Amino acid sequence: MSATTPRTYVPRNVSVADIERLVGMGHAREGAPADSIAGVTPRLVVEPASTEEVSEVMKLASQAGLKVAARGGGTKLGWGNPPEALDLIVSTARLNRLIEHSAGDLVATVQAGINLDNLQAQLAKAGQMLALDPPGHACTIGGVIATDASGPLRLRYGTVRDLLIGITVVLADGTVAKSGGKVVKNVAGYDLGKLYTGSFGTLGIVVEATFRLHPLPEAVRTVVLNVRTPAQAGEFVGAIGRSSLVPSALELEWAHNAETAALYVGFEGIAPGVEAQAEATMQLAKTYGECHTVEAEEAQDDIWRRLRELPWQHSEGVGLKLTCVPTAVPSLLHALLTGTGSNRCLYLRARAATGVILAVMAAGAPADFAARIEELRRVAGQHGGSLVVLHAPPELKRAVDVWGPVGDALPLMRRVKERFDPNRTLNPGRFVGGI
Amino acid sequence: MDITQLAQAMRAIVGRQGVISEREQLRTYECDGLTGYRVVPALVVLPENAEQVQAVVRLCHEQGVPFVARGSGTGLSGGALPVEEGVLIVLSRMRRILEIDLPNQRVVVEPGVINLWVTQEVAPEGYYFAPDPSSQLVCSIGGNVAENSGGAHCLKYGFTTNHVTGLEVVLPDGEMVHLGGKAPDSPGYDLLGAFVGSEGTLGIVTKITLRILRKPETVRTLLAAFNSTDDAGSAVSAIIAAGIVPAAVEMMDALAIEAAEAAVHPNYPNAPALLIVELDGPAVEVEHQFQLVEQLCNESGSTEIRIAVDDEERVLMWKGRKSAFAAVGRISPDYYVQDGVIPRTALPEVLREIAALGERSGVRVANVFHAGDGNLHPLVLYNGDVEGEAERAEDVAGDILLICLKHGGSITGEHGVGEDKKKYLPRMFTEDDMKTMQLLRCAFDPHGFCNPGKVFPTPRLCGEVPGPARLHPLQQAGLAEVF
Ligand SMILES: Cc1cc2nc3c(=O)[nH]c(=O)nc-3n(C[C@H](O)[C@H](O)[C@H](O)COP(=O)(O)OP(=O)(O)OC[C@H]3O[C@@H](n4cnc5c(N)ncnc54)[C@H](O)[C@@H]3O)c2cc1C
Repeated sequence: MSATTPRTYVPRNVSVADIERLVGMGHAREGAPADSIAGVTPRLVVEPASTEEVSEVMKLASQAGLKVAARGGGTKLGWGNPPEALDLIVSTARLNRLIEHSAGDLVATVQAGINLDNLQAQLAKAGQMLALDPPGHACTIGGVIATDASGPLRLRYGTVRDLLIGITVVLADGTVAKSGGKVVKNVAGYDLGKLYTGSFGTLGIVVEATFRLHPLPEAVRTVVLNVRTPAQAGEFVGAIGRSSLVPSALELEWAHNAETAALYVGFEGIAPGVEAQAEATMQLAKTYGECHTVEAEEAQDDIWRRLRELPWQHSEGVGLKLTCVPTAVPSLLHALLTGTGSNRCLYLRARAATGVILAVMAAGAPADFAARIEELRRVAGQHGGSLVVLHAPPELKRAVDVWGPVGDALPLMRRVKERFDPNRTLNPGRFVGGI
Repeated sequence: MDITQLAQAMRAIVGRQGVISEREQLRTYECDGLTGYRVVPALVVLPENAEQVQAVVRLCHEQGVPFVARGSGTGLSGGALPVEEGVLIVLSRMRRILEIDLPNQRVVVEPGVINLWVTQEVAPEGYYFAPDPSSQLVCSIGGNVAENSGGAHCLKYGFTTNHVTGLEVVLPDGEMVHLGGKAPDSPGYDLLGAFVGSEGTLGIVTKITLRILRKPETVRTLLAAFNSTDDAGSAVSAIIAAGIVPAAVEMMDALAIEAAEAAVHPNYPNAPALLIVELDGPAVEVEHQFQLVEQLCNESGSTEIRIAVDDEERVLMWKGRKSAFAAVGRISPDYYVQDGVIPRTALPEVLREIAALGERSGVRVANVFHAGDGNLHPLVLYNGDVEGEAERAEDVAGDILLICLKHGGSITGEHGVGEDKKKYLPRMFTEDDMKTMQLLRCAFDPHGFCNPGKVFPTPRLCGEVPGPARLHPLQQAGLAEVF
């Protein structure tokens, strides 16, 4: 996107002062290049401080026909298609409170703009955690929900959908609507929390969320095994699956041109428990290759902090997310590793027991890139999975459909969007099928 | 089309055996597990495969005939209650287990498959299906999906929604869609997640992909007796505070214990309150934590602790609990099973309020509940032959829900809203909350033919989509210019 100048949209009849009347002086401003999303600069940025203010802002925005995007920590704003249009960014920066932590009930309610690390630090005081480890330390809860971001721990605890028990959202027209509640078990009404999770801000702006929490583990252990081929990695992962071991995370890391790949198996629990599991894992791993156990807490922290981050963070490459059934991970890795030239893989990471692969690929010419994506999509599709282009320069993103095919439910997804946001106020064009 | 013609057309789809139109036979289907509500449907249709379901639904759609899906009919909120002028689509003939994929821990089934069959099918290989409603011997997976059913072991392992990865759904206009699949994170809206628990109002499920789990290495179960539900409640709090996530924690009060004893003789200790605590997982961890649980129960004043030494004893401990609903029939001619949720920490206070309510109104209430997650099942006892008792029981059951809400809870933890609780939904959600939920309904079922009148007290008329119906005009018109 470097070649062209970002275009600024001119919203109808709305000035900074108009918005300031809703949120107070100094909490709305002109957009700047730093606010751009995939090269599109908003004219206005607002930082509301309450659900009511978000609602007032959305009423005004939808009446004026502004196109709106919500912003949390800004760590994953590049995901999805570039926006078709963008007039106003609603930042959740001032919606950053832990509203309630009911430790005895293992439940916490937060505002959407709270920083995840900050939240974890507060929960840790009571020996608890929100069992999510998405990439991006600046990320906010709202952003994690909207992008359905997850990390290695999903193997044990699941993803946002498994932990979110209540949510409040402001719809495009300013309607404030909640679903779920503050108790872990609850089937009253539709579970809209799941609908909003991973909807990339196209249905509403998340303002509040309630999560079920977990106790912080007393002890952790990490077993590292070196493997030579994807098939060997697959065999080991299969053996773990058939055993009665309960790993919290199982990550495979494969750097380009490396002779071997490392498989990291993480355990959480009480000290004697993780020791026993690590020991059993070592016994199993020995027959596959060189292995060792990491006990020092700091060393383990380093490993998992690294594995949680997106591998393309500090790379020139393109970032892909592929999914498949777990047993097909070796086939997909094989397909990725056979890429050459501008399509070669620089780095691979696999949540091997879940069926998620994060790949960093060299960024080639748009036509080559598109052909390669097509090819990889076919392989992923054969194994029930998908490929999403998460991180790429806009000219490559525009060469492909970043989401890929979504199957026969796409018309239904469009109907959902039409009902929730008929005027396409929120994040137009960014989601699947141009939603 | 009149009803005779409709029956004729249905027979052309599902065959003679698959259509019931005789009044007497139709009566078999007039209610689900909540027998207080009864409606005889115009027709019952029993399709044998997804194509037939699709054809049946399409016909209903074309003719403007409302329809209701039914699995095994064990629902406790009137969710499968038929509509008088409508068709009841019964899925009990679709009972095939279509695929077992052990390495990927997935099983694909038809909706009529019984919950327990899944575990039975994969148990020899050391796997199981985690959601275990007490009705698992008879309830269908389709019904579980519709209700997002839970069970005793959901505290640790989650509910049906956490164990369904893919659905094939016939939408209310007869269109078929596939949501999710065997692999994780399908791009697009998580309509699968929104569908599970939608109580049959968004379409008919014709195929389900389930996640199965590896059997834990060790399971340990104990039964602890207490002098009061308060003491039992503080034991639960202590266990949770110690950072233990038990596989299950169940509580029963004196009346529930008495009933279970009379019905299935589990040989429970005679006590004002009982806890069943089960831990599972890797052996070393479980043994260690199990000792801690025992200690915490003692410290909370447990008067007797029994530990199951083998599977047989464990099964007996659970038998009393799992048959508690039916068992109440031994001590009362009629009873109403309530289902409410509270934050676990509010347990002692809520139980006192329920006891006071019972005393005030002269109605006996037995308490059985999933104590770990605060899901109460008060059993409100009455004699339907005594004038006014049924009404009084209903009032008490309703007041219990209001107590749950006052403490920040929910009007249902697993049985659903259905017909029975829709009048309470506005106590929990605002008009805007409910309108927003119905936006989803309108996207799936704009004409409101699918299980009409359930869940929401005032159905929303969907109307046309306001605003431009074009797909993405800006993209078409402005793309080149924008970038
Ligand atoms: C003794 C007893 C104990 C119980 N214990 C528990 C418990 O521990 N936990 C729990 O959660 N529940 C429990 N229940 C309630 C009930 O068993 C569950 O709600 C169960 O999931 C219902 O399944 P079913 O097949 O009987 O569904 P039905 O009663 O036939 O239908 C229930 C709902 O599902 C819809 N439906 C059915 N099939 C489909 C389909 N294929 N597609 C779309 N919608 C469909 C119906 O329209 C209806 O709204 C219990 C019930 C009894 C009688």
